[in-house]
Amino acid sequence: MAKLAKSPWLLHYDGSSCNGCDIEVLACTTPMYDIERFGIINTGDPFQADILLITGGINHQSESVVKQIYSQMPNPKVVVAVGICACTGGVFKECYNIKGGADTVIPVDVYVPGCAARPQAIIDGVVKALEILQKKREDFEAQRRK
Amino acid sequence: MAKRSIVPFGPQHPVLPEPVHLDLVLEDEVVVGAVPSIGFVHRGLEKLVETKDFKEYVYIAERVCGICSFGHGMGYCQSVEHIMGVEVPRRAAYLRTIWMEMSRIHSHLLWLGLLADAMGFESLFMQSWRLREKILDMFDATTGGRIIFSVNCVGGVLKDMDSGMLARLVDTLNDIERELRPLADTFLQDYTVGTRLVGLGVLKAEDATLAGAVGPMLRASGVAYDARMLGYAAYGDLDFAPVTAEAGDSYARCEVRIREIYQSIGLIRQAVQKIPEGPIAVPVKGNPNGEHFMRIEQPRGEAVYYVKGSGSKFIDRFRLRTPTTSNIPPMLDMLKGCQLADVPLLILTIDPCISCTER
Repeated sequence: MAKLAKSPWLLHYDGSSCNGCDIEVLACTTPMYDIERFGIINTGDPFQADILLITGGINHQSESVVKQIYSQMPNPKVVVAVGICACTGGVFKECYNIKGGADTVIPVDVYVPGCAARPQAIIDGVVKALEILQKKREDFEAQRRK
Repeated sequence: MAKRSIVPFGPQHPVLPEPVHLDLVLEDEVVVGAVPSIGFVHRGLEKLVETKDFKEYVYIAERVCGICSFGHGMGYCQSVEHIMGVEVPRRAAYLRTIWMEMSRIHSHLLWLGLLADAMGFESLFMQSWRLREKILDMFDATTGGRIIFSVNCVGGVLKDMDSGMLARLVDTLNDIERELRPLADTFLQDYTVGTRLVGLGVLKAEDATLAGAVGPMLRASGVAYDARMLGYAAYGDLDFAPVTAEAGDSYARCEVRIREIYQSIGLIRQAVQKIPEGPIAVPVKGNPNGEHFMRIEQPRGEAVYYVKGSGSKFIDRFRLRTPTTSNIPPMLDMLKGCQLADVPLLILTIDPCISCTER
């Protein structure tokens, strides 16, 4: 289990963002920022993911998709809300189709503000998420042994 | 006839960072039909125009899409300026042109990277995005933002570039041009890349026109149509001829985009030479009253802006038709008859921007 914390797999889903944070999340995986040096791999498969990066606010159509992806991820898992839209709804908060931030539908562990969130901030958020993931793992293990 | 089956594609899938859903109707491995369903990123930001001051709304317009953000801000501002009869200073028009072309370089490099990723050519993906970081650094230095710039305002632009910055920009572009050559050679001459692109998703000129394709997609089919020919901003002062290719397949679309990067570099060089001194914005008084249609060429193709004001500080209606909206029908035509394995690549060759499309 401890080994997994050193190589967590990351899943990215665009709730209803403007693409700004999405391309910054992708930029994190490229040579300039290189999130892989923390052993993190960007995957497309929820069943193998440990960290969910969610960008953009939640709208009425993406709500069920986000819930489904979250439920497909194995326990323990952490959620990082990337960008101000995923944190609170941001500039689109007053739009008729926006329910609010990611925490209106799923529990969020780390909030990364910014419009668009910079790669440095995203990496910082993910590294914070790793600590939370490790703690959740220990709790999960302790509970399983009981 | 083979048995038909329906394969759902998306909304969460590894090829695109954005959610789009397609129901693919298959006969064995061959796609015979595709039904798109959209709305996963619909926010309803056109409606916000009724509750935001028309000068404030520029920031919302920029957030239609994070990749073409500069163009959306510029299209909106130009429409409002036309209604109000505001003449933008020439220096501001040149600065807008420079930033617009920088956006095009960044968007096309991003697309090249995603294309390489869709083919599984990871090193090419990484190299394209490494090169893209150079242009993002220039955005950061000139506007203060990497993705969303917020430098447009009704009446001009908010930030100026001094001669030192312009020289640095030209140096960066020289670097990009030099480093792009080996990448472009790989995309256009590599055998493996060729097997994935040549002859895939052929769109003939008349089909492209009938289905309403725009941008590089249309120009790759041999139609020399580009909204920059209208000469808005400073394009009228610059030497410009649309880049076209004849074949209409995925390879041609890749070739057009690569040549457009070189063209954009050339356009910025011309603009830097010709940029006049002077103010960068004029004060705007009063409220827009009237309506205006505006077309501009975004990296993905022609975008149409419609703004209607009625003399109050809130605009009545803002409407935006984005290039991807027009490119989805020809994409559905292209998908018919292709192999299931080529679907992600074909969807990518239209350079879809779902966030623009659904707003």
